[in-house]
Amino acid sequence: MNDMSGGNYMTADGRQIGNTLMEMKNITLRFGGVVAISDISFDIHEGEIRAIIGPNGAGKSSMLNVISGFYHPQEGEVWFRGERRPTMKPYQVAAQGIARTFQNIALFNGMSVLDNVMTGRLTHMNAGLFSQALWRGKAEREEVENRETVEKIIDFLEIQAIRKTPVGRLPYGLKKRVELARALAAEPKLLLLDEPMAGMNVEEKEDMSRFILDVNDEFGTTIALIEHDMGVVMDLSDRVVVMDYGRKIGDGTPDEVRNNQEVIDAYLGVSHD
Amino acid sequence: MPEQFLFATEVVLNGLMAGVLYALVALGFVLIYKASGIFNYAQGVMALFAALTLVGIMDGQVPFSHLINAIFGTEIHHFGWHVPALLAILLTIGVMVVLAWAVQRFIFRHLVNQEPILLFMATIGLAYFLEGVGDLMWGSDIKKLDVGLPQGINDWIDVTTFEAFGYGFFIDNLDISATIVAIILVGALIAFSQYTKQGRALRAVADDHQAALSVGISLNFIWILVWSIAGFVALVAGIMWGAKSGVQFSLSLIALKALPVLMLGGFTSIPGAIVGGLIIGVGEKLFEFLIGPMVGGATENWFAYVLALIFLVFRPQGLFGEKIIERV
Repeated sequence: MNDMSGGNYMTADGRQIGNTLMEMKNITLRFGGVVAISDISFDIHEGEIRAIIGPNGAGKSSMLNVISGFYHPQEGEVWFRGERRPTMKPYQVAAQGIARTFQNIALFNGMSVLDNVMTGRLTHMNAGLFSQALWRGKAEREEVENRETVEKIIDFLEIQAIRKTPVGRLPYGLKKRVELARALAAEPKLLLLDEPMAGMNVEEKEDMSRFILDVNDEFGTTIALIEHDMGVVMDLSDRVVVMDYGRKIGDGTPDEVRNNQEVIDAYLGVSHD
Repeated sequence: MPEQFLFATEVVLNGLMAGVLYALVALGFVLIYKASGIFNYAQGVMALFAALTLVGIMDGQVPFSHLINAIFGTEIHHFGWHVPALLAILLTIGVMVVLAWAVQRFIFRHLVNQEPILLFMATIGLAYFLEGVGDLMWGSDIKKLDVGLPQGINDWIDVTTFEAFGYGFFIDNLDISATIVAIILVGALIAFSQYTKQGRALRAVADDHQAALSVGISLNFIWILVWSIAGFVALVAGIMWGAKSGVQFSLSLIALKALPVLMLGGFTSIPGAIVGGLIIGVGEKLFEFLIGPMVGGATENWFAYVLALIFLVFRPQGLFGEKIIERV
């Protein structure tokens, strides 16, 4: 067994995992008197697929919101790329290279699929308003580059056929895929997926799993995902954090976690006698 | 050609021109409402304030002169210079941007995630505050605004239509310029929102705040931007109305005419604001012309509101608004 708490390691399928990309140190998050996250630490390595699982209300989404800057923990430190991150607004986190999707899909329903995915490139656009107005120089170059990246991602996720469709008209499964495309368009260093398979049928789940693996494989994107469904997670991820009632009750490879008594209790329930 | 028909055509044309002005005011409402969900009651006062500031700067008036004179016992009123219209317009745009920043920084930043009714109340407060500040800054007398737009009857149209139909149409030059300016303004707004990064961000925010944050858009920046644009639209509306009927405090009441326009067109649609404005403009002029004499006239005062009321009953989302579907 490799030592995973420290540096690099090799996965079961032979992928080389890099250094620590993000580290959460003793995070505690409270809403008034309710403790949503209690003293949790874990890390995410470059190139890894890291899952956070747990029953309903375990604090998984809260953790994702801490990483993406939507919530600010009362205690603890967030380290990203070797530096301690000060308290940041979500848009600043996004500019740092952390993209995310949402559990309840947050797309721009009035815009076409293409426009939605293009908004993912906003952090890569620096041309001034004047140059944009004249459509010269930097603005033109940027727009062409951004379009190329976006088209590549649209091809990759197999949504060419619906490029011009307003997102509001798409079925649920496709919406999820467009949201993934938008997050990918940012070429993130860390991709956060909040229940990417929630509410999907078996076929859609298989598609989504394939895309997640392909994204990781093709672009080398580091992925942290939250899932409810144990089965899917175990197949996808390299390492798993298990949360229950805001505490961390397990951390390790899917196999390690599967055999962890506390995790089994949390999922199946345990009789208190 | 029957004379009645010619009269009616002239009335429709004039109605269209008046409608453009209504649409200009309504446009400011729609911009802010779409991007931030705030119904900005102060839009009319912003138009007034912008017009007051423009006149003040052009005439070289000293801002807050009454206040300064009262405190220090001085007698200054004018700097003694005149600023050319174009430069004054640019300076006024600057003032409106500062106003946008201040509104965001001191009011709405503290009201994020509050009930819409609270935000609405805040804009009512803003309206009266701004009216007071405008008064204090530039004085409350009626001012003449002349930025060099042509005024009075358009002779060419008069002569041409007279030669063609034997009846010369009366079309005001100012209305024609207002229409041209409005078309350019709307074209620029559409180009901005479709083809620039900031425009894309603006549409994104209008659609979904959370998602906008997640792709790296600063809501604060966008809100200042949208209030600035609304301020600019208010300035354009203020110039047109001010040139037409003088800059005076009743200018802020034109905002009330924008309400039926919005009910007709839908609160969230830019084309809606334009079409709504045109329908109200043409509708009230035509109604006055056809039905007015039968009921003793003055129908222009209430026609727009009755039309809006009918729309509220049968199509509450307006012509172009998003349909509200409540899921149970």
